[in-house]
Amino acid sequence: MEEYIIRAEQLNKVFPLKKGRTVEALKSLDLTVKQGGLTAVIGPDGAGKTTFMRLVAGLMRPTGGRLTVLGLDSVQGAEEIQARISYMPQKFGLYEDLTVQENMDLYADLHGVPEKVRPARYGKLLTMMGLERFTGRLAGKLSGGMKQKLGLACTLVRSPELLLLDEPTVGVDPLSRRELWEILQEFVRDENLTVLVNTAYMNEAALCGQVYVLHKGALLAHGTPDDLRAIAAGRCYRCTPPPGEPTRILQAHLIDDRDHVVDAVPKGGDVHFILQEGVPAAPYLEARGIAARPVASDLEDGFMVLLHRAETEVLPAAGAGEDALDKGGRPTDKVNITVRDLVKKFGDFTAVAHTSFEVHEGEVFGLLGPNGAGKTTTFKMLCGLLPATSGFLSVAGVDLHVARTQARANIGYVAQKFSLYGNLSVRDNLEFFAGIYGLPPKRRRERIAQVVREFFLEDRLDMRAGDLPGGYKQRLSMACALLHEPKILFLDEPTSGIDPLTRRNFWRQITSLAANGTTIIITTHFMEEAEYCDRFLIQDNGHMLAMGAPSEIRRQLGREGADMDDIFMAIVEQARTKGEEPK
Amino acid sequence: MNGFVRRMQALIHKEFLQLSRDSSSLLLGIVLPIALILIIGYGISLDIRNIPTAVVLEDASPKAQDAVSFVNGSAYFSPTYVTSFREAEQLLLDRDVRVIIDVPPDFTSKLAAGEATLRVVLDGVEAATAMSTQGYIESAVSSWLLRQPGADSGARIALEARMWYNDANSSTWFFLPGLIMIIVTIIGIMLTAIVMAREWERGTFESLFVTPVRPVELVLAKIVPYFCVALLGVFLCLFLSRFLFEVPVAGSLAVLLGLTMVYLMIALGIGLVISTVTKSQFLACQSSMLVSFLPSVVLSGFVFDLRSTPAVVQVIGNVLPFSHYLTCLRSLFLSGTNAGLLLKQGGLLLLYGVFFIGAAFTMTRKKVE
Repeated sequence: MEEYIIRAEQLNKVFPLKKGRTVEALKSLDLTVKQGGLTAVIGPDGAGKTTFMRLVAGLMRPTGGRLTVLGLDSVQGAEEIQARISYMPQKFGLYEDLTVQENMDLYADLHGVPEKVRPARYGKLLTMMGLERFTGRLAGKLSGGMKQKLGLACTLVRSPELLLLDEPTVGVDPLSRRELWEILQEFVRDENLTVLVNTAYMNEAALCGQVYVLHKGALLAHGTPDDLRAIAAGRCYRCTPPPGEPTRILQAHLIDDRDHVVDAVPKGGDVHFILQEGVPAAPYLEARGIAARPVASDLEDGFMVLLHRAETEVLPAAGAGEDALDKGGRPTDKVNITVRDLVKKFGDFTAVAHTSFEVHEGEVFGLLGPNGAGKTTTFKMLCGLLPATSGFLSVAGVDLHVARTQARANIGYVAQKFSLYGNLSVRDNLEFFAGIYGLPPKRRRERIAQVVREFFLEDRLDMRAGDLPGGYKQRLSMACALLHEPKILFLDEPTSGIDPLTRRNFWRQITSLAANGTTIIITTHFMEEAEYCDRFLIQDNGHMLAMGAPSEIRRQLGREGADMDDIFMAIVEQARTKGEEPK
Repeated sequence: MNGFVRRMQALIHKEFLQLSRDSSSLLLGIVLPIALILIIGYGISLDIRNIPTAVVLEDASPKAQDAVSFVNGSAYFSPTYVTSFREAEQLLLDRDVRVIIDVPPDFTSKLAAGEATLRVVLDGVEAATAMSTQGYIESAVSSWLLRQPGADSGARIALEARMWYNDANSSTWFFLPGLIMIIVTIIGIMLTAIVMAREWERGTFESLFVTPVRPVELVLAKIVPYFCVALLGVFLCLFLSRFLFEVPVAGSLAVLLGLTMVYLMIALGIGLVISTVTKSQFLACQSSMLVSFLPSVVLSGFVFDLRSTPAVVQVIGNVLPFSHYLTCLRSLFLSGTNAGLLLKQGGLLLLYGVFFIGAAFTMTRKKVE
């Protein structure tokens, strides 16, 4: 009997690219998983997490090294491994035109689950997943969270010898995420399941026995969550911004001070930061006389320290300079966007129900919610890309029903997907967008020079846009959207699929833009990013759940200092007890 | 083996559930053949209305007149009676008529002996019209013959058909069997390519792969349901061609169906190979159109007789399976069950089937790279 369920030794995986180039998805990975319990693989996008999981599932062949699963070679024994394990890919392949019951039946049949044991097993799974009322519903008609639960139910129709979960909760609302993990832990306890899970959420990794940290295909560290927390131990602090100062301004000052500060994020109304090794205090805070209190380090702190250590090339902090930050960056009283009673229906499906809000000049306004909440639909209506079913919309003082084109002249839009011309150079893209915004030649030259400076694109001007590294692609997208100096900048899910370092950098730019008076509307499914916003709107299933400043909402709920996931869950639970359960 | 049966049942059941929920594949299998056969069928058959016809009654006996009376009051012919063949010939040369039906002087006397002949001269410039016209004359004459008292046994009328201007080509210019071949090809290839590519595209295969299911089972589970759907399409085609266009089947219907099933396997195999290579619905749809529609129309002998095309095209046409099936169909529809030819072509088709299905089996691996 093999001691390990999974044993990877010097595992390599190389993918061929065009023109004979290759990319190393995994570099000499050593990893072991013992029988029973949860093992997490964490790392930013592109770290090689999915590749490793597919290798374990026998869906890919390693380029080098050895990989044994259940004591079998992952290549020769692929068929047997696949018969004995269960695997939930990132996008679990539910058949959307089959019902919940039919999907489960299919997997039970394929795994050869005897008819006798099915009623009991189904009963347990459906009750735990909260799906018992929906057995006759088509899988395609389930919410994002329920789909993931059904996916998990399908992989657990019988107790597998190894369960592989590839980012099972990405984009799922915090409540469903917590429920999914509770279910998972219960199965691990009851059936002594062995689970390998990829995740981008640190609080999920903290629930696992072993954690492996991958970065660009290489193993950065591994150990228990406590081992990883210890990496940043004694270096973590919190400080509270002076009243009236947006948290993001203080956070920006701290994160700019790279000599002393590793990382800083707004958290629970405070700024949470990690000092560089051997640095006793942050000079910026001392100069301003702001007190910093030491706090216990968590898994994310350890992870950020590891990432900073591994990342040799750090993007220059982009922004419009310190002076802008010192203006204070507070929004003015001028209303830039008015939305009243906005409704959008697709047939009999209500994507956005009776939504009203106002956004002020220089404000950072967030539209938050899990996948399918109605964020993108609301967003498209604001940009004039989608007509509203009913309601009033005014952007930069222009009624969108009457003068859509005029409103568009005042807005910049950055789409979720990279939507520039990949085979044009950075310079050509900028020229092109300056052209379509109709800038006169002199201003065109000036503006291009200016955005190139602000976004640090000088040394990449002649590179093809498609060949830019991820962080630079996003900078170019923003640079193009800002060429005509719009009053309002719309950003659709700019931080999804981006590693944490680039995300910090991105928000740093937003802080500068807002400080210079640009109004920012941003959608995100990362709840914690609400902390950067002046005010935010949480949506779920098309309904407005809450709106206001982070501190305001915390006060209303009586949860000072709580993180955004908790806030979201508290709001949903409150709505449910009121009997307004969002369908 | 037990596991195999259970898994196959589960997969096929799933396939039929999906078919019933998402009508697009079913539409492709049923509506497409009907639409094609109506559009192309009527597009051509409309031409044989009011064909200007010269009738030469060299034998003016009532019997002879009766034998060609089908041209009177028929929607298909508008007859001109002339007294000499020379006169009729002139009309044809002037393109005033498109067909000459000539009743020779000895028609009545030879009819009793069962050796009567009718001469039919067709304007071969519009070969499709000519062939349809000839087919119609043939069936009209033979049904007249059947109605004659006491003529049920050995009696026959030989039709001496000649096609002017286009003599060499004409004999293979038959259009309906070709249409059936095209329909079977398109629905067979496209249907399977799309449904299989859909599984790759939506990521449902990645989940299915990590179960005890074997690749062979995945492929088989796609073949069985879509074989049925495509066969439904074939039946519709046969039904329509029999009752709407009144095309008789001269040969054995059983052999026809058998060969069609073999051919369907080729089409399904090609579809599966396409989907495994492309893995996207859009690409699969595009490439199956390219692979099925164009070659089956242009390189099969459906429009251009392969023998009259350049050598290169002939080679390509013969390497592709389409022309072989078409040869069988034409033979079965029009000349009867020609055992030698069918055995040879049918054997070839079987080889193609084994090749493509085999390729589909070998290319479908439980891998995502």
